[in-house]
Amino acid sequence: MGPRKMLEPGQAVRIRDLSPPGHIRTPKYLRGKTGVIERALGPYENPEQRAYCLPAPEKQLYRVRFSMAELWGDAAETGEDTLDAEIYEHWIDTDAA
Amino acid sequence: MPHDHHDHLSPSGHPYREDNDAPLSYWQTMEIAIREIMIEKGEFTAAEVNAQIEAMDARSPTNGAKVVARAWDEPDFKAALLADGSKATREMGFDIGPMNLVAVENTEDIHNVIVCTLCSCYPRNLLGLPPDWYKTREYRSRTVREPRKVLAEFGVELPETTTCRVHDSTADMRYIVLPARPKGTEGWSQQQLAELVTRDAMIGTGLAKDPG
Repeated sequence: MGPRKMLEPGQAVRIRDLSPPGHIRTPKYLRGKTGVIERALGPYENPEQRAYCLPAPEKQLYRVRFSMAELWGDAAETGEDTLDAEIYEHWIDTDAA
Repeated sequence: MPHDHHDHLSPSGHPYREDNDAPLSYWQTMEIAIREIMIEKGEFTAAEVNAQIEAMDARSPTNGAKVVARAWDEPDFKAALLADGSKATREMGFDIGPMNLVAVENTEDIHNVIVCTLCSCYPRNLLGLPPDWYKTREYRSRTVREPRKVLAEFGVELPETTTCRVHDSTADMRYIVLPARPKGTEGWSQQQLAELVTRDAMIGTGLAKDPG
């Protein structure tokens, strides 16, 4: 995937539902879920390569905010409560959100 | 549970702890081998290794408490801390290393709590070593799913009108909660204020202590 425009706070996104092997920093419970960009954190070396001492190109890192209703459906304690997590750009889709 | 062996007490009444006579694990052997090779090669000395361990052990939540007390007392510093936690704490003289800090503020309407579901990321430079429970599967899995129930078990009952914000420390950031300043502390010095700031208040599983 080539470079793309920086994502803006408030923008709706969906986390990719992938299950690659290796050192992944996107928790399973967030994959396939929709949220909004909370803030951009800047570029960081991709831990998926860095963990293995491989050349690790920088990727934009974002904080993404999800509602508990989105994550847990009817099982959520309070649907309006939120969960924020740091997600790398290559795990984020903007068109499907 | 680790403390269930009440029948294994020494004659002095202290809990009995078995000698560590078991064979070294693979990684223990690896650690010793690498450390000894590095010392032999002159990369560092045993004293330097020990000094680093002591420095890590010396870090404690009092560092974070100073940051919180200053944020309560100085609006400009609070704004700087919320805008760029790494920069603001570095300028206070805390060696935050490669860590990137995000400070999240509790208000009348919002309560924040920190967890690392993937491992045990923790702002050690400001809070010292994490408590054992922070690293348990129970805390890590339940806090993202039923934070209110978890907080209630810590003695923090959130009103319905308060929004709970959970922060999963999944990648390069570390988090500190800026707890709400207790009422009745107007005019207090930063040193006095810092005494009200507990470790759990900065994780979000507690509140700042009430004065008095």
